[in-house]
Amino acid sequence: MTTRREAACCGEGSPLGYAVTTLFDRFFSGMRGGVHPEGRKDLSAARGIRALPLPQKLYVPLQQHIGAPATPVVNVGERVLKGQLIAAAQGNVSAPVHAPTSGIIVALGDHVAPHPSGLPVPTFTLACDGLEEWVPLQACDDPFALEAEDIAARVAAAGIVGLGGATFPSALKLNLSRGVQTLIINGGECEPYLTCDDRIMRERATAIVEGISLIAQAVSAKEVIVGIEDNKPEAIEAMRGAARAASMKVVAMPSMYPMGSEKQIIQVLTGQEIPAGGRPADIGVLVHNVATAFAVHQAIRFGRPLISRIVTVSGGAIKSPCNVEALVGTPVQQLIDFAGGFSQAAARMVLGGPMMGQHITNTAVPVVKGSSGILALTSDEIGQNEASPCIRCSTCVRACPVGLLPLEMAAHIRGSDLSGAVDLGLKDCIACGSCSYVCPAHIPLVHYFNYAKGDLAAQERGKLKQEATKKLADARSERIARIERERAEMMAKRKAAREAKERAAKEAAAKAAAETA
Amino acid sequence: MLVAAIVSLTVLGTVLGLLLGLAARYLRVEGNPIIAEIEQMLPGSQCGQCGYPGCTGAAQALADGSAPVNLCPPGGVALVQALANKLGVEADLSGVEDQGPQVAEVKEEICIGCTRCFKVCPTDAIMGAAQQIHVVFREACTACSKCVDVCPTEALSLQAVPVTLQSWYWNKPKLEAV
Repeated sequence: MTTRREAACCGEGSPLGYAVTTLFDRFFSGMRGGVHPEGRKDLSAARGIRALPLPQKLYVPLQQHIGAPATPVVNVGERVLKGQLIAAAQGNVSAPVHAPTSGIIVALGDHVAPHPSGLPVPTFTLACDGLEEWVPLQACDDPFALEAEDIAARVAAAGIVGLGGATFPSALKLNLSRGVQTLIINGGECEPYLTCDDRIMRERATAIVEGISLIAQAVSAKEVIVGIEDNKPEAIEAMRGAARAASMKVVAMPSMYPMGSEKQIIQVLTGQEIPAGGRPADIGVLVHNVATAFAVHQAIRFGRPLISRIVTVSGGAIKSPCNVEALVGTPVQQLIDFAGGFSQAAARMVLGGPMMGQHITNTAVPVVKGSSGILALTSDEIGQNEASPCIRCSTCVRACPVGLLPLEMAAHIRGSDLSGAVDLGLKDCIACGSCSYVCPAHIPLVHYFNYAKGDLAAQERGKLKQEATKKLADARSERIARIERERAEMMAKRKAAREAKERAAKEAAAKAAAETA
Repeated sequence: MLVAAIVSLTVLGTVLGLLLGLAARYLRVEGNPIIAEIEQMLPGSQCGQCGYPGCTGAAQALADGSAPVNLCPPGGVALVQALANKLGVEADLSGVEDQGPQVAEVKEEICIGCTRCFKVCPTDAIMGAAQQIHVVFREACTACSKCVDVCPTEALSLQAVPVTLQSWYWNKPKLEAV
């Protein structure tokens, strides 16, 4: 995630000019706040999607989604086929993982995660055999005859997660949103540099439109809107052409960051705002990404699980930026090599977009379902400057798409007053980084918010654990008391029995003595 | 005029007095509510490291001010600060070294399966049987160190909770110039 002005290459102009453009934008875009980072999409937008050559080894993490990690269902040493289930979903919020190609599972162990922490996570290592031998697939000739539950079940079995970056299991979203009014398909791709959604819309529009229709059928949506930023005219053209026969609207949206964020795209396309702490389903809306729609099409029509995705390899330090279709588990280094390697030393490597993507320090990390881009940025592009004191210019307040007060929240967090920040709406922050991006003092505002959210979550976990252990402690003292009580009762019973016996014996003896006498 | 003033004030006094009496009867607070609130904050494992008989005793001592807020080792710095906020006192953090959250861990090669540890564990966080290696459930362990004290082979020790992808989060930005 961004901590500083990542894509600071764009001049925002004077504060006054900025204020004027903000007002102008708010009037015309229907979105509050937002920023205009320089797109830099021209680096890779003209490059068609090419398939990456098969790597020798793939590193497939068990967790590539929000929720519980998948449970392995194959053993080390086993040969797996392309598309075979290798780890099953576990619990309600989870997604299965499939073998991206045929080969031998050579290890199941820790491998560095595609995550800023760089921590190791349980990962399958698959040695590819180059045969690309598929498992038998359950294709469907007439997908529109399927029941809504059936569509959701097939989406779940294919391991599809939100490919816009959030990686929330898609089937769960379908099940939770049945009967919504509006289905929005997000083709915003507002992050600078990224062109993977642009390319997939240009090249695979027909399949995407069929996928959208299937999603619409699964949730019986009454209205379908495809929102695409107006900086992608070719994609809009292609999608309009493909959607002519289907009943969906393809809408051009103003190019602005963070247009591709769920809450913002809903606000722009429907004029409705999600209540604080709510979900889109609360106002009858479901949002899916275009690449997710394509994955749904592949899963339902051909039975193919989600094992590859389109990745943009770009940035000033990449020799020839491009868009590639990479198997899940491909090491990032392979994609960089495919793009001609580095033209100069990269000051920062980012997985995802420059505004919300994740820093990586190790190019051995694998591409996962949620990796939309690999960016190698030069020091000019990240424009890292030392933070200076806040001048209370409130530029961040105008930039915040949620309508929060970033400077005030950061001040509270700096003073360790997290509950004060929560009162100011910290939990509604979408961590888009617009505030850090515009801050003339280069204060890493979004870094403060990410820290505070993490700390609050840790406190919450601590509280839950404390409640659980307290219950355990109570249960134990109750058990000990019960055992004590039972022992006492048993002792009393035995004593009574012994006394009764003794009394009986005494009586018998007295009786015998009386008889003899 | 004088009579009217006397009567009205008498009536007012009687009614308000009755209201106060009723309130004292029906809205009475049993015990000191702060004790229950403090007890909620304590780990509840009744480990007794504070020197009081269990967490209830410690909560009582905290509420009447006879115990310092840094009395609970398993609670760590977070608890000291929370208690200080609750009771409106200055937190003395010098006595508490913050090692972060900890859990007990069994060194399997030394454990002799003597069953002493799980008999003292206040939260049933240790599983085992005689002559079998014991194991700690991290989720249930409060790091009260009772098991560490009774282990005859020093197979038990407190370790920092390992950071995972689920528990990792961004550090606080450094205070440079800001």
